[in-house]
Amino acid sequence: MENIGLLLFVFVLAIFLGLELIAKVPSQLHTPLMSGSNAISGISVVGAILAARADGGIAMIVLGTLAVALAMINVVGGYLVTDRMLGMFKHKSQEKK
Amino acid sequence: MTVETILPEPIIQFLYVAASVLFIFGLKMLSKATTARKGNFVSSVGMLFAIVATLMYLGIDYKWILVGAITGSVIGATAARLVKMTSMPEMVGLFNGFGGMASLLVGWAEFHRITRGDAPEALFTLIAIALTILIGGITFTGSMIAYAKLAEKMETKPILFKGQQILNLLVLLTGVVASSIFIRGGTIPTYPIFIGAIIAALILGILVTIPIGGADMPVVIALLNSYSGLAACAAGFVIMNNVLIVAGALVGASGLILTSIMCRAMNRSLANVMFAGVGATASEGPSFQGEAKTVGVQDAYLMLEAATSVVFVPGYGMAVAQAQHAVRELGDLLEANGCEVKYCVHPVAGRMPGHMNVLLAEADVPYEQLVEPQDVNPLMANVDVAVVIGANDVVNPAARTEGSALYGMPIIDVDKARVCIVLKRSLKAGFAGVDNPLFFSPNTRMLLGDAKASINAVVGEFKE
Repeated sequence: MENIGLLLFVFVLAIFLGLELIAKVPSQLHTPLMSGSNAISGISVVGAILAARADGGIAMIVLGTLAVALAMINVVGGYLVTDRMLGMFKHKSQEKK
Repeated sequence: MTVETILPEPIIQFLYVAASVLFIFGLKMLSKATTARKGNFVSSVGMLFAIVATLMYLGIDYKWILVGAITGSVIGATAARLVKMTSMPEMVGLFNGFGGMASLLVGWAEFHRITRGDAPEALFTLIAIALTILIGGITFTGSMIAYAKLAEKMETKPILFKGQQILNLLVLLTGVVASSIFIRGGTIPTYPIFIGAIIAALILGILVTIPIGGADMPVVIALLNSYSGLAACAAGFVIMNNVLIVAGALVGASGLILTSIMCRAMNRSLANVMFAGVGATASEGPSFQGEAKTVGVQDAYLMLEAATSVVFVPGYGMAVAQAQHAVRELGDLLEANGCEVKYCVHPVAGRMPGHMNVLLAEADVPYEQLVEPQDVNPLMANVDVAVVIGANDVVNPAARTEGSALYGMPIIDVDKARVCIVLKRSLKAGFAGVDNPLFFSPNTRMLLGDAKASINAVVGEFKE
């Protein structure tokens, strides 16, 4: 039970931290912030990997593998597309081609 | 959970802490223009730490994980490389959905372990599983509907019917009741009831998204982004894993902030966006009549050529016409002509938060030239020409008229510029379904036709 209390504690702090961190984001970064945080929500890959443990039979393998695949789409796709987008944001000084 | 590990458990926990710290720093850097790209990289290193740490648990079936990881990575990388910047809203919508589904499956897998007797039947875990499948399910189908609307694979107008709210409530209740039954467990077979709860969540996701119109999509996408984080967070409670909870909570919080920014930019409450179905009917509030003055390419060119200060106001129409490169070319020609050029982007222009900024960045518009409405509006009287490219509701002066569906929404005051040129395909009302008196204003000139073709024609005049 102690463990659960600690997890809730971490959760609440992380929510407040998140609200503080991103409170002042300029509008040109809204889309990269969304796709970048999308990639972070692919963290469920950690749960997916643990789910795909060998001890659970075929159903577990199917559920786990599918979850890993979906989460990895988020992780890889999210980070790459955010990087691609941010690569296009330029200062006037960097503009020379 | 106690499992054997390759590395000592404390080292795995240390890697998880490091991953959380990297996510926090990454997000912080991602919210500043100069550090954003590095921030994204920092956060991806955090993800690598988290994945490597997890792989250190023994008894994992690496073969299938590899299959899943490679499949997912290839799909993700291909999509990231090929997606057009105009289609970013659809892609983010899809990814939100995948994240929700991944979390749902994690919850499902753990439930499966419990029914097989491989994991203890703890009350707290079952509650967390219920939350995971409910949030994850809503996120998944909600995102699929949002995707379909954004990709125009289905009607973008709100779908409303009698008793909608009651039906939604009933489906929600079904999900909650089913969840509480499988949480209580006991002698009855709980697996079918568990599946029932998932189905209820999936149906609810569809039901709550169909009444939301195309113009309100920025809010929905931001909200679903938040949900996908919260689903991961709930999954973190299922498997008692800190890094999932921290990362999920960060995403949940950032999605919430974007949601509230979007709502504020429309001066509407979240409840109003979710349930009001704005734009379902064609005529809301006072209607405006008058004669719109059209203008030809030649005259538009002459006005722009004589201008010393021009503000471009892009909207979703620019994305549809893929006109961003043409706009930038025109902007460059105007600058070379000694004119001060600015691009004013409304927070809810387009179909997702920041949509227009990304398109202009793609066309190499330096972000110093991008300005926000509150900075341009006070100076609007000194602007010679405001060029509205496929934007409508965000420049609709009806927002100042009480009784209009848009009333109270902060707009870009293009009607206060000396001349306002509106590029538009037709004189139809915007997505919100509200007539736009701007089109009939004495200093407005309509340049009808495809935005890209029109701008290219003006550019052609400049080059002659």
